[in-house]
Amino acid sequence: MTERWDAIVIGAGHNGLVCATYLARAGRKVLVLERSTELGGMTGVRRFAEGFSVPGCAHLLHMLHPGVARDLELASNGLRMLATHMPTVALDEQGGHLTLTERTVEGPGMSAEVTAVYGAFMDRLRRFATVLAAANEKMPPRLVSEHWRDHLALAKLGWKAWQLGRDDMREMLRIGAINIFDVLQEEFDHPLLKGALSLDAVLGTHMGPRSPNTVLNLLYRLTGQTGAGNGVAVAEGGMQGVITALERAATAVGVVIRSGCAAKRIVVSADSVTGVEISSGEVLNCGQVFSSADPKTTFQRLLSLDALDTGFNRRIQNLRMRGTAAKLHLALRGAPVFRNLDTENLGSRLLIAPSMDYIELAFDAAKYGAYSEHPVMEITIPTAHTPAMAPTGMHVLSAVVQYAPMHLRGGWTGDAKAGFMECALKVLSRYAPDIRDQVIAAELLTPADLEREYGVSGGHWHHGELALDQFMMLRPVPGAAQYAAPIPGLFLCGAGAHPGGGVSGLPGRNAAHTALAGAWRK
Amino acid sequence: MNMSLRDRRLLETPLHARLAAACETMQWSGWKGYAAVQCFTTVPQEYFAIRNTAGLFDLFPMTKYRIQGSGSRAFLNRLVTRDLSAVKPGRVTYCVWCNDAGQVLDDGTVFCLDDNDWRLCSQERHLDWLLWSAQGFDVSIREETEELTGLALQGPTSCRILRNAGATGVEQLAPFQHGSFTCAGVQVRISRTGFTGDLGYELWFDPAHAVALWDGLHAAGRNHGLLPIGSLALDIARIEAGFIQAGADFVPAEQVVRPDRARSPFELGLERFVDFKKAHFNGRRALLAEKQRGSRHRLVLLDVEGHHPARDAFIYNRARQVVGTVTSATWSPSAKANIAIASVRAAAGKNPAGLWAEVYYRRELQWDKLHANCRVVTGPFYDPPRRKITPALDF
Repeated sequence: MTERWDAIVIGAGHNGLVCATYLARAGRKVLVLERSTELGGMTGVRRFAEGFSVPGCAHLLHMLHPGVARDLELASNGLRMLATHMPTVALDEQGGHLTLTERTVEGPGMSAEVTAVYGAFMDRLRRFATVLAAANEKMPPRLVSEHWRDHLALAKLGWKAWQLGRDDMREMLRIGAINIFDVLQEEFDHPLLKGALSLDAVLGTHMGPRSPNTVLNLLYRLTGQTGAGNGVAVAEGGMQGVITALERAATAVGVVIRSGCAAKRIVVSADSVTGVEISSGEVLNCGQVFSSADPKTTFQRLLSLDALDTGFNRRIQNLRMRGTAAKLHLALRGAPVFRNLDTENLGSRLLIAPSMDYIELAFDAAKYGAYSEHPVMEITIPTAHTPAMAPTGMHVLSAVVQYAPMHLRGGWTGDAKAGFMECALKVLSRYAPDIRDQVIAAELLTPADLEREYGVSGGHWHHGELALDQFMMLRPVPGAAQYAAPIPGLFLCGAGAHPGGGVSGLPGRNAAHTALAGAWRK
Repeated sequence: MNMSLRDRRLLETPLHARLAAACETMQWSGWKGYAAVQCFTTVPQEYFAIRNTAGLFDLFPMTKYRIQGSGSRAFLNRLVTRDLSAVKPGRVTYCVWCNDAGQVLDDGTVFCLDDNDWRLCSQERHLDWLLWSAQGFDVSIREETEELTGLALQGPTSCRILRNAGATGVEQLAPFQHGSFTCAGVQVRISRTGFTGDLGYELWFDPAHAVALWDGLHAAGRNHGLLPIGSLALDIARIEAGFIQAGADFVPAEQVVRPDRARSPFELGLERFVDFKKAHFNGRRALLAEKQRGSRHRLVLLDVEGHHPARDAFIYNRARQVVGTVTSATWSPSAKANIAIASVRAAAGKNPAGLWAEVYYRRELQWDKLHANCRVVTGPFYDPPRRKITPALDF
């Protein structure tokens, strides 16, 4: 007799694993399919040179949801934080670096007054972020609905905003949909400070500081600093440590994980999902399918287009998910030396974003299909926390480099990649002059590479731009924003679903909860 | 941007010179940007030509799409609510198509020209929707509204006139069949279809031959009462036949702004054209849910007391509550009845009794109103046996 699963989860990224574990804890018989031999997807480990490994895409934990960690008992499954609420160092070419924590900023030119303004500003943003954080934990309500639960969910959201008080609510509504450039211009003078803050609003997006929705992206990122959140954190074993803990939590409750086994097609019969066909041609039967793949992959490649309606397909096709973030991996002979930066600070998050205009100019290139000559970077040295990722005494550098448009004019040829790598190294060596001599091996993953390596359409880190029109009850599109796809038995559980990207585990958790709660759909 | 006055004029169909020469009343209206005749002489004269002899109507502005490719059948079958999987070349099928919410976008006719070659004729333009629907299908879609013209020849003597014009064997065409013929020296595709509910044909051909065919048909119909007809006479005929029209009896869902204004096939009395047994089609899930939940509206044919057409009238129930409105109304000369198509709330019941219409009418500038009792009728008001008889009868 063929085996029948209650649920098959497509993709063993963090969201897939979280979703599978919640389902299994509720007594479901769950199988996870992962096309790669490594678990973790975009969070997983990547061995890019002999003896050197890095986190594939996400290299920092900035919004792992405390509730997910608690529910899945990640601590007892081996997750230990090496550092939480980590500082960010905004690098300055001349060595006048700024160190930003959640409430303070230090460095040349930072008076007590600026620090006070910074603290108050960040506190206010975090208060706004608590409204988002509350919404992130739940299935978004449907806008056009007569169901009392939708009305209740909307009312709760309104109540949460109301609790901010009149001035804060007014301010949140004022800045919520505008751009980070205007907001920071109102608050600060220091270009480097503004550059560093605005980088958090554009990381992983096809946006510059002057683009609308950048404040939203910043608030979304700040949800990790609200409540019991750890802020920017590093786990023991790096990102791989998180995945290992998730894998243990999953297998402990009976989840079966098949790696090296790609889902080829979601099988539909009689207008309902009945199984998944894997690359070998074998069909695995199941009652429900949870796809942590991005919405375009799920609805256009895994599912047959004629199983869905035209209007829905049109919305999926029109999803904005053009990746612009590339990933740079360097294997280094020794610890990199940044001008005027102490070695103990190498474990921090290092930013190259000298000013908002610098970022905007870097983005301008991407708008017209070219890569940035002077890219912005978010740099980590994973070996500063996890020396085992490189041979003894050696280091790896992992950097998010923007902007590298998915659809580069002329395509991502070898020359184009080498050209962009050269731009990145040139910028990097202005801050760490000797870095070129230390490089043993280097790898650049463009959005095109990310699409190929991780199967994410457009190479977009967050499985779709986070913007007001692709947010909450509109994420990824109306008709699939409550995790359930239009076709019965299929659910979205990846970053393309509410609340969105980042290693939070929330899309996976919410999708599992929604499916377990049963249908109150229509 | 300012357009010159010249550019804003209605466009002319290939038959414009002939239409203008025959149009005594100068009553024109816009039809999809083209000048179409509302009435050539008098509406009764044209109406009785349709019913007793034959009428000729210019179909050039009708929207036509050519759908070709190995996936064309599957594409159309996903588009429309009716099952096209067994339709053979030579058939015409009346179809309706819906959006995701199961609301009607339009109705029209689908011509199966060959296994991988189809034509879709409709009132509204749908290229955008068709192209989006083509995602995932091996199909090419082309609008051929201006590359192909049509003439509707409707009425009892229509078959005789076509045979006089040289279309040998056209009498063998069954209803909703089409075939290739030579008529007045012009290569035409003739389908036994129409909008009058009587024996009638539609001719499809290259617009370059429009005048030749028009003249040829008139010569062939000289002794058979052939008259050009305008849209006003045609409207009476189609209401008698119980045919609904986009823009009059329902608003195409893509044009709807207010949420309650769109209609499902069930709400338009088209349930027999919805097939849940076939493969997935647009709006299927929503329509299935509606079937289980029940519809909000229902379309009914009404026999209205009196002789004042109940145009735009409110429909009330016994309790004097408004339960709907009339969408089309006319005096039916053939049925000798005052008839109407109305959209009423489904809550009024499956076969509601005790409906009445509030009819406003004007006599010598003075408005008056009357409460006219309405009787719901099931079949069309006009459905002569000759409509379906094959071979077609001679008159």
